[in-house]
Amino acid sequence: MTEFLQFTLSGIVSGMVYAAIALSLVLIWRGTRLLNFAQGGMAMFTTFIALEVIYRTGSYWAGFVVALAAGILLGAVVEYIVIRPSIGKPELNSVIVTIGLLILIEGAAGMFYGGQNRSFPAAFSITGVHIGTTPLGVGRFDEFVAGAVLLTTIVLAISFKYTSAGLRMRAAAFNATVARLSGVRVARVLTVGWALAGLLGALAGVLISPSTFLYPNSMDSIFVYGFTAAVIGGLDSAAGAVAGGLILGVGLSYVGGYVGGGRGSDLEPIVAMAMLVVVLMLRPAGIFGGRTLRQV
Amino acid sequence: MRRTLAGLMITALIVVFLSIKLNAFRDYQIAEIGVYVTAVAGLSVLTGLSGQISLGHGAFMAIGGYTSALLLLHLGWPFIIVLLIAAAAPAAAGAIVGIAAARLRGPYLAGATLMLGVALPAIALAYPGTFGGDQGLNVVFTAPGWLGSSFPLTRWQAWVTTATALVTLFLLANLSRSRIGRNWRAVRDDEVAAALAGVNVAMSRVLAFVVSAACAGLAGALLAITTALVAPTAYTITLSITLLTAAVIGGLGTLPGAIWGSLIIVLVPTYITDLATSHGLSTKISANIPIAAYGLILILVMLAFPRGIQGAVRRLFVGFAQHEKEGTSESS
Repeated sequence: MTEFLQFTLSGIVSGMVYAAIALSLVLIWRGTRLLNFAQGGMAMFTTFIALEVIYRTGSYWAGFVVALAAGILLGAVVEYIVIRPSIGKPELNSVIVTIGLLILIEGAAGMFYGGQNRSFPAAFSITGVHIGTTPLGVGRFDEFVAGAVLLTTIVLAISFKYTSAGLRMRAAAFNATVARLSGVRVARVLTVGWALAGLLGALAGVLISPSTFLYPNSMDSIFVYGFTAAVIGGLDSAAGAVAGGLILGVGLSYVGGYVGGGRGSDLEPIVAMAMLVVVLMLRPAGIFGGRTLRQV
Repeated sequence: MRRTLAGLMITALIVVFLSIKLNAFRDYQIAEIGVYVTAVAGLSVLTGLSGQISLGHGAFMAIGGYTSALLLLHLGWPFIIVLLIAAAAPAAAGAIVGIAAARLRGPYLAGATLMLGVALPAIALAYPGTFGGDQGLNVVFTAPGWLGSSFPLTRWQAWVTTATALVTLFLLANLSRSRIGRNWRAVRDDEVAAALAGVNVAMSRVLAFVVSAACAGLAGALLAITTALVAPTAYTITLSITLLTAAVIGGLGTLPGAIWGSLIIVLVPTYITDLATSHGLSTKISANIPIAAYGLILILVMLAFPRGIQGAVRRLFVGFAQHEKEGTSESS
């Protein structure tokens, strides 16, 4: 029972990180109808910047804030410089552009920082929390991880729903032409969407790196699981991204925990694929995706 | 069709000439290009003609590679038969994936195939008894005796991969001009219209996956004999993404595009590496500059040539042709 509780809690924590990546993908998908394969690479890069700042200033929180700011900036710059010119060309072109960007960023990170693994500090102690005498298998930092993602998600959801900027973003995502006719500066709104996605990615990078080490490819597998979470939840739904992240995180945590002999971690991708296949067979547009009227 | 055949024959002659003139490393690169052309052409047909994306084609290559390695290792069958089975096994897998994929669209298909590309190599890790785990399986492949004992193995590998690639291109060119190819285009452009015109949409989509997976399987087997090894690290998600990149960069849905794309992904990184090392840069920089420059080139090519390199080449020739026509009409 204790084991079950521990696996569930640590699954929720890693699930929240997948959810952050998934949310950033959903934000971009809804605005630009594009999958950003560079999201993980951008997060890796901002985390390197954070590490640099922490090393220079000795303050974790300075690095944390700088990483988030760098994420916002990087997202906006990427949208402005390489994504905007590729819109209106064949659909896959912008996908290849983001793949090129991922390779470029990983190469650049290797040039500046080399390929070796760096450890990244955690904000709080990572020793486990107990209820009475029962260890929960998660530490203070894990609570911070889950809390930070949850808080960011709620703030974003509220501002999407109740602020005029949020309304403009929803309008631009819903129908760009009509939004433009109604006076929404769609291009600027899309840049803001990319900036917010950059923020979420940067958050995920800083939160996951204490448990994975930091190197140029360190966010690749996190990105794959974040993408899977977004697909499970439905790429049009922010709630779906969070639900998808949690389902995937908890599911993989059970596999890693209960399958013995070190086989668990090898089986994780296989189980993730099985979960994805089951969900997509039942709902081809994800759990929270709209029903499609198409039948083949 | 005669023009395609002539083009392929000329390519074959050029490759034979180059493989004799150039050194072993260049022969290896020719073999590598042959491997990529085979896989990229299949993927280009799937994505460009039938309109279905796959981010997991490395998985089909892995099936082909492991099938051929296991057959060569345990049964020692002749290579040509091994090659055929290495195409058939992934084709069967492609049918299953295709049936599952027929309901999925755009990013959902991308996500499902991406996960396939990540998960399948993990099976090799989870069952090390059969698949050799991390270390993989060694593949023994030698040049046939009648070529003489001094015939370099790399040259034979270059010949075998090029021959397979050219045969694959020929078959795909035929297929794309047949009723099947027309059905693919019809389904890609408008499913409902295609269905109304009597095209079996689901069957057409699944068939595209089968054909494309068979090509990837062939390429996987070729990769196995070229590198003398099948291991999970050879069939990573990076490989799958590289294949799609090559198909789009070259020109999606065109077979010459598969050749352009493969040339770029094989030659550009080595070229920049040579350039970087010859300028005496530190290893940290010279090891990573090719990666960064390759990424930059992908972005620039996509922005400058939206229809890929083949699209640009075609525009160049069409431009010339029109120019000439105008010239002759003016003079007459």
